[in-house]
Amino acid sequence: MKLSERFADGKFVVTSEVAPPKGIDVAEMLEHVEALGARVDAINFTDQQSSVMRLGSLIAARLCIERDVTPVFQVTCRDRNRIALQSDLLSAAAIGVENVLCLTGDHVTLGDFPDAKAVFDLDSVSLLEAASALNRGVDLAGNELQGSTDFCLGAVVTPEAEHVDLQVIKMEKKIRAGATFFQTQAVYDPEAFAGFMDRVRPLGVPVMAGIILLKSPGMARFMNRNVAGVRVPDALISEMADAEDRVAASIGIAARLIRDVREVCDGVHIMPIGWEGHVPAVLDAAGL
Amino acid sequence: MLVTERKPVDEIVGFLDGEKRVFLLGCDGCAAASGTGGEPELAALEAELAAAGVEVVGRKVVDFLCQKALIRAAVRPLAERLRSVDSVVVSTCGIGIQAAATVLDVAVHPACNTLSLGGIRGEWQGEERCLECGQCFLDATAGICPLTACAKQLVNGPCGGAKDGSCEVEPEVRRCAWDVIYERLERQGRVDLLRREGVFQKDYAKMRPPTELRGTRRWAIDLREEKGGEE
Ligand code: SF4
Ligand code: SF4
Repeated sequence: MKLSERFADGKFVVTSEVAPPKGIDVAEMLEHVEALGARVDAINFTDQQSSVMRLGSLIAARLCIERDVTPVFQVTCRDRNRIALQSDLLSAAAIGVENVLCLTGDHVTLGDFPDAKAVFDLDSVSLLEAASALNRGVDLAGNELQGSTDFCLGAVVTPEAEHVDLQVIKMEKKIRAGATFFQTQAVYDPEAFAGFMDRVRPLGVPVMAGIILLKSPGMARFMNRNVAGVRVPDALISEMADAEDRVAASIGIAARLIRDVREVCDGVHIMPIGWEGHVPAVLDAAGL
Repeated sequence: MLVTERKPVDEIVGFLDGEKRVFLLGCDGCAAASGTGGEPELAALEAELAAAGVEVVGRKVVDFLCQKALIRAAVRPLAERLRSVDSVVVSTCGIGIQAAATVLDVAVHPACNTLSLGGIRGEWQGEERCLECGQCFLDATAGICPLTACAKQLVNGPCGGAKDGSCEVEPEVRRCAWDVIYERLERQGRVDLLRREGVFQKDYAKMRPPTELRGTRRWAIDLREEKGGEE
């Protein structure tokens, strides 16, 4: 099922995220796929998240399809040039992938192979152009394909970035290049997010608010220090610090955020980062 | 020495995007040796621009445009004329264009593509760097090279990894190139430049020096000498 069809139905779309394992034991990943698959519209498979070498998102997406759950195939520009990227997109279409999220990707210096060659032959915008070309039955160079893809293409945006104007400009470019939905970096301030939505609503493309489950006050402070475009307000950090039951507090915060952003956007993308098992409880508490 | 080629005049006029009054800057160093930035080349460029309806208010060849101190000294007497133009067209290597954009802090358009180091690296003290990409993008980036200043060589905008204005790759030493580009354009009132249509794709084929120019250490000078007879 393409996410674009869900949006067209006027549904508040819910996606979550599973990281493929570092290794070949996919049992735990598949448990998460089954637990989440029953509750969400699709599951994103991250592409060597944080530049850490893992099992590929393409194969993970296929294993997901085999369990009747819709995947969102994440593709970054860090590890492949335009030949390999286009080829992997063709492969994805051939194994039944319908949704693709196009990202630039973190730099290799952040991961476990800082000595690797960072590719970045294309970037998120030109990758979207390449995928759009494949949808039209040609490759990036204009050569005709034997059978075209029919992807629903998505991209990302950071609502709390330092120069939000620059984010919006890039968002416009991504839309021109073929993005039909956006998933955002984690949102913790519903009011600020509503302001961002006021700015981008005229662009006419559905936006899904990113929700990262807070596991501890330390994690919140770590993200504030180290993760670009993530700002956890002090009030939420204290709420976590004062909680007797951190899991319950985290679920409560996420559910509240979802209810708040639901008023202004078109869906949520929940990033559990290890707490996949708690996502159903978050959805229950949010009334989804 | 840095080897450059002149961009087609149509591309330069496209950069101007309606701007009508320009000043030309050239360089008597590598660019003059490459046949792109000396006085005769500026005169030719002026004629081409005039034919396209662009008024060239003045032109100046600076000894070494990669030296910001020399640019400062050269433009001091020209301050008034420079204030009266819409933009400055710079006919030299990527470093010279970046240096001019930094010193002048006005809209600067590249008239050349930088093709190669030509064996010997020119000496400069500034922080500007050029990757000899053969497809100069400086027009779209406020004269800041996205291939050397951005750790991911992003030509269509930032990656979202910048934190407090610093690049995610080396936050201690590297500012996010797109942050700097944005700030410069904001100061110049030109942020809309980033909204221009079109997606840039790097053409790596252009990073390989043209076949006929390869295989000799000082090929640029050699080539110029060979071509001398034809000019
Ligand atoms: S874009 Fe950068 S690398 Fe390319 S010619 Fe211009 S200054 Fe050099
Ligand atoms: S943070 Fe800025 S300079 Fe660094 S890779 Fe991203 S866009 Fe480029």
